[in-house]
Amino acid sequence: MAGVRSRKGLRLSTEPPGFQASLPRSNAFTPHARLCDGGTGEEPVREGEDAGAMAGIVQFQNVGLRYGTGAETLTDVTFTLNGGAFYFLTGPSGAGKTSLLKLLYLAQRPSRGLIRLFDQDVVTLPRARLPGFRRRIGVVFQDFRLVPHLSAYDNIALPLRIAGVEERDLEVPVQEMLNWVGLSDRASARPATLSGGEQQRVAIARAVIGRPEILVADEPTGNVDPEMASRLLHLFDALNKLGTTVVVATHDIHLLSRVPNAQMIRLERGRVSDPTGALRYPPPPRGQAVS
Amino acid sequence: MNIGWRPTAAERNLLPEGRMAGPMPWVIAIMMFLTVLAAAAGMSLAVGAHTLGNQLGGRITVQIVEASPDAREAQVAAVITELNRTQGVGAVSRMSEADMARLLAPWFGAEGLGPDIPVPALIDAELSPAAHARIDRIAAAVAHVAPAAKIDDHAAWLAPLAGLVRSLEWLALALVLLMALATGCAVVLASRAALNTHRQVIDVMHLMGATDIQIARLFQRRIALDALFSGLVGLAVAVLVILLLGERVEGLGSELLGSMSLPVYAWGILTMLPIAGALLATVAARLTVVGALRRML
Ligand SMILES: Nc1ncnc2c1ncn2[C@@H]1O[C@H](COP(=O)(O)OP(=O)(O)OP(=O)(O)O)[C@@H](O)[C@H]1O
Ligand SMILES: [Mg+2]
Repeated sequence: MAGVRSRKGLRLSTEPPGFQASLPRSNAFTPHARLCDGGTGEEPVREGEDAGAMAGIVQFQNVGLRYGTGAETLTDVTFTLNGGAFYFLTGPSGAGKTSLLKLLYLAQRPSRGLIRLFDQDVVTLPRARLPGFRRRIGVVFQDFRLVPHLSAYDNIALPLRIAGVEERDLEVPVQEMLNWVGLSDRASARPATLSGGEQQRVAIARAVIGRPEILVADEPTGNVDPEMASRLLHLFDALNKLGTTVVVATHDIHLLSRVPNAQMIRLERGRVSDPTGALRYPPPPRGQAVS
Repeated sequence: MNIGWRPTAAERNLLPEGRMAGPMPWVIAIMMFLTVLAAAAGMSLAVGAHTLGNQLGGRITVQIVEASPDAREAQVAAVITELNRTQGVGAVSRMSEADMARLLAPWFGAEGLGPDIPVPALIDAELSPAAHARIDRIAAAVAHVAPAAKIDDHAAWLAPLAGLVRSLEWLALALVLLMALATGCAVVLASRAALNTHRQVIDVMHLMGATDIQIARLFQRRIALDALFSGLVGLAVAVLVILLLGERVEGLGSELLGSMSLPVYAWGILTMLPIAGALLATVAARLTVVGALRRML
């Protein structure tokens, strides 16, 4: 595996090194999840996983979202995300990108409409079953939301610890993630002592360590220089190639061209406008050119 | 199966291991100090009242105030016979001349009284509780055989004291309960404060799929440990105060106060108080945190 050593020391490779050895590609989602007791038995039953062949992993139907009593922030949002695909969510500031992602990573319930995740209605899902779904989704927050009192190592280990992974089983995957984002020498650093780009990489490592089925990233390149932005996109693309469905919200239309097979969802004032038509016509399988 | 009271080794690293915020540990320490003092006071009162009741409660003294020595002796004999015949009366004894002299010495000097000064005869008797309930009939019978007899029921003059002691015991119990309530409220406030302080971390953990129980475990563990530590500090200071007070009481040499020293089981109960406090704190923290988390998505 030929890792490219970049000028700033961030190792990049087409495939994250650790993932090949320790995280075999399978529907098993994450080998760590196998170790977890979840603590509460709230792990949802994975329905329709093989049958659906990861198609239609996310479905929004006439979704509306209203904060308080104001106008609807999202109106009649309807789309389907295919398992294993790469999506950009674009639109002007205030269009509702973050709001849509919040619905997707279950931080918010819609005011109306239907949302299905992994072939399950999540709008009416009882609160107690949300954790099981959330563990299958990795999130890179716009503001990172690293835990300030935890080191980079512990921040990255957080999802595994929550999933109940034993301490002795943490070491290897966390070290691998640290390597992967080029931060092995900063393992014990607190977020406050890390640069913006380093924090961002910790946030990304934390989002992907549990090997989520869906990776959601809100403006993950918002605070970094273009070079770093394209490196981070490489990381996402590498993950996508391993089967993770990736959704990246961004203002930056230049990023779009960096991921050849990516599709675009465009939001405008809370409504989906779909300039490429890619959503209505599902893309050809990977490897074939998009015309 | 983890029912959610003990965090796993992995979870312990999730929240900063700092102590409870602000004055809360001190509040709990002070509460525990006062609780231990109130409990100790209540228990020593109970013990004192019990011993006192045992010593005096079932006893009567019959005085025979009769100037003529012959008539006095006759009545004494009659009373002793009568009491010995009565059911439920045990150990009837006449107070000896020597004892009488000792009792009167403070007033009349070590030489005592001359033989010509009449002194009432005193007869002590122990009554069973059943007999004590029939004290009026016994008094009537005694009066019948000895007109000069006067019955002195120790319980009668003990009664107001016993009432006072009982009220004080209830007061001590009420104080302990009130203090437990206040400690619980303090813990609820501390839990809310801790939740607010760590709100962002909790949100992030929730979004990573942490359950309410997992998050509650982190808080209740820290609060329980803090409460236990504060409680032990409060207990230590309170025990010190109790021991010092005990020394003072011994110095007084008072029989009433002396009978109030704490038995072993009472010390056991006092040392259990911080543990009970920590348990109370754990439950209060758990309920608060889970309640607050329910209101989040
Ligand atoms: N919690 C909230 N309460 C009330 N209104 C909100 C809330 N969050 C977002 N909004 C409103 O919803 C609209 C969409 O916000 P959102 O954050 O989704 O936009 P965005 O597309 O992510 O914008 P940006 O590109 O600037 O991040 C905005 O008008 C915003 O003011
Ligand atoms: Mg946004």
